[in-house]
Amino acid sequence: MPLLALRNISKRFGTHQALADVSLAVEPSETLAIIGRSGSGKSTLLRCINGLERPDSGTIEFNGKEFEQTPRRLKELRREIGIVFQSYNLFPHLSVERNLTLGPTVAKGLPVAAARELAREVLRMVDLEDKIAAYPQQLSGGQQQRVAIARALAMKPRLVLFDEITASLDPELIGEVVRVLEKLANDGMTMVLVTHEMGFARNCADTIVFMHQGRIWEKGPPAQLFGSPNTAELAAFIDSILSVNTIGERRAG
Amino acid sequence: MNYVFQFNVVWEHFPELLTGALLTIQLSATAMVLGLCVAVLCAYGKTAGPRPVRWLVASYVELIRNTPFLVQIFIFYFSLPVIGIRLTANNAALVAMTINLGAYASEIVRAGIDAIPVGQIEAARALGLKRLHIFRFIIIFPALKTVYPALASQFILLMLSSSVVSTISAVELTAITNSLQSTTFRSFEFYFVATGLYLAMALGFRATLSAIYWAVFVRGREA
Amino acid sequence: MGRSFGLNEFLYLLKAIPWTLLLSLGALIGGGIVGLFIAILRTAPSRILRALATGYIELFQGTPVLMQLFVTYYGLAVIFDIQVDAWPAVLLAFTLYSGAFLGEIWRGSIQAIPRPQWEAAACLSLSLPKQLWYVILPQAARISIPPTVGFAVQLIKSTSIAAIIGFVELTRAGQLMTNATFKPMIVYPIVAVLYFIICWPLSLLAQHLERRIDATLGVKKHF
Repeated sequence: MPLLALRNISKRFGTHQALADVSLAVEPSETLAIIGRSGSGKSTLLRCINGLERPDSGTIEFNGKEFEQTPRRLKELRREIGIVFQSYNLFPHLSVERNLTLGPTVAKGLPVAAARELAREVLRMVDLEDKIAAYPQQLSGGQQQRVAIARALAMKPRLVLFDEITASLDPELIGEVVRVLEKLANDGMTMVLVTHEMGFARNCADTIVFMHQGRIWEKGPPAQLFGSPNTAELAAFIDSILSVNTIGERRAG
Repeated sequence: MNYVFQFNVVWEHFPELLTGALLTIQLSATAMVLGLCVAVLCAYGKTAGPRPVRWLVASYVELIRNTPFLVQIFIFYFSLPVIGIRLTANNAALVAMTINLGAYASEIVRAGIDAIPVGQIEAARALGLKRLHIFRFIIIFPALKTVYPALASQFILLMLSSSVVSTISAVELTAITNSLQSTTFRSFEFYFVATGLYLAMALGFRATLSAIYWAVFVRGREA
Repeated sequence: MGRSFGLNEFLYLLKAIPWTLLLSLGALIGGGIVGLFIAILRTAPSRILRALATGYIELFQGTPVLMQLFVTYYGLAVIFDIQVDAWPAVLLAFTLYSGAFLGEIWRGSIQAIPRPQWEAAACLSLSLPKQLWYVILPQAARISIPPTVGFAVQLIKSTSIAAIIGFVELTRAGQLMTNATFKPMIVYPIVAVLYFIICWPLSLLAQHLERRIDATLGVKKHF
């Protein structure tokens, strides 16, 4: 049974149809990468999964249960679905440790000592254990993003969403973040990523979804999509990405 | 609560309250015009004057802005006679309000002057215009237009603070309300209605000032 | 005629200062709580609650402080059927007055917190009250400090109006001292200087904090 199932999701902003009849299923431990041009609806789709956007029509099922957009249900859901944002969104007035323990202690009622231990554990996973007492402003972009990943992991989610998490980083800092993503994928975490990191998508994703104009244009394993694209749009997209050195290069637009 | 509200007493004296409101408007409007002149002069002195003038204006502004308006009124009405300057209550009120507004407004106008792009002033100088002319023709009009909302708010604040001049028995709305409530013992009702009148005047001032903005700065000037 | 103005008289004035400061501090703290409540009401989903909050702010910012004082003083007498002391009436009036201004400061500070901070907190499964308490309000409080210090100066000056209903703070002490010594040319300027000594450093502090927050917010805006 898929962990996450989206059926016929549609969403419009004013006159712009951001998503048109999108259906998608994610199996447990699957790593799914969503690629596409700006404005293709990738982020909107991702944000529907944890309730940051509300679809106009269609259903979302998580773990077999349908998704109600009530505050109480969303709160429950967000304990199991984590998200990492493009601009990290760490809490600047709190230390790294407190950023990590806030969710577990306040939302899940974990005792402080256990939460602190958990914080150390997730920081070890992202290789930043020595920064536990630092404040976000003192860290580099790559370090902040890794803390943001740790913060999502501290809630022990069953699914983690990643919204273009390397797009704001300076090129030399992207590598450290991608390494963490690879480790997570290998450890069996269920991940849905909107990404421009084609190297990561090709090497680590189980499934690639190519979106175009609010629809899923193509879907399949990396070898198939990158090796022999079915549609002209995907072929053009791959061309435009590969014509520039992808590894560590900032996207153009 | 045993009190029985009797607003009818207030309505009987409403014409007197209206007279008071009119006097408040008169007093405030005069102070606004005079205060604006003071403000423009001070702003000019602060931005273009020699150092002693700049220091003098800065001291004046800081002094007024860090002391209560009520104390300023007392000084103009009670303290000045000691050195021979005897003002009537209403005149003392007007002087105090003008001086007070002048200080706050001069800072606002100065901000407007600072907002004029340097390029405009340089161009004017290159055309050979004298300093005073530059100020009069290039600077002051756009500056006032830019800071008009802030000035309008300051004017309304001035009108509201005019109620304090009742303490030296200047004649305006609060003073009249004071005497009415003391003779009829309907204190709450009178002050309640007077507050409503001030609110109405504040709204009226805001509307009038908006209309003046449109008439002076907008009409016929659209490209 | 009258006493001479010497050290004892000066000390009498000094002893009134704690009352000015106590009133200001009390109103600031009380007003901070009221203001927070009003700020949250302003963002409520119900249109009626939003209108109530906006109406409250318009009322206290659009009427004279003196009127607010009178209405509170006589209003309390009406409700409780007794001759109320000046102190509770004055404290209540200034608390409500501060609440309107601090409410706007709170609202501006909360709105300055970027939307992604709300989203990040919500995505950690925090309920709305917890988002406010742990993430939003601590940051908003920091931003609200410079304008609050600026308002504190305004508040300290406004407390002089309490003199009019007989509350003995610095200005009232000045009036009493003038009546006893017949020396308004000495007493009132000294009162003004005392206010200046209290207010001017606070004004400078507010300006300094304003500049510093701008600098750090620039860094914070980076992420």
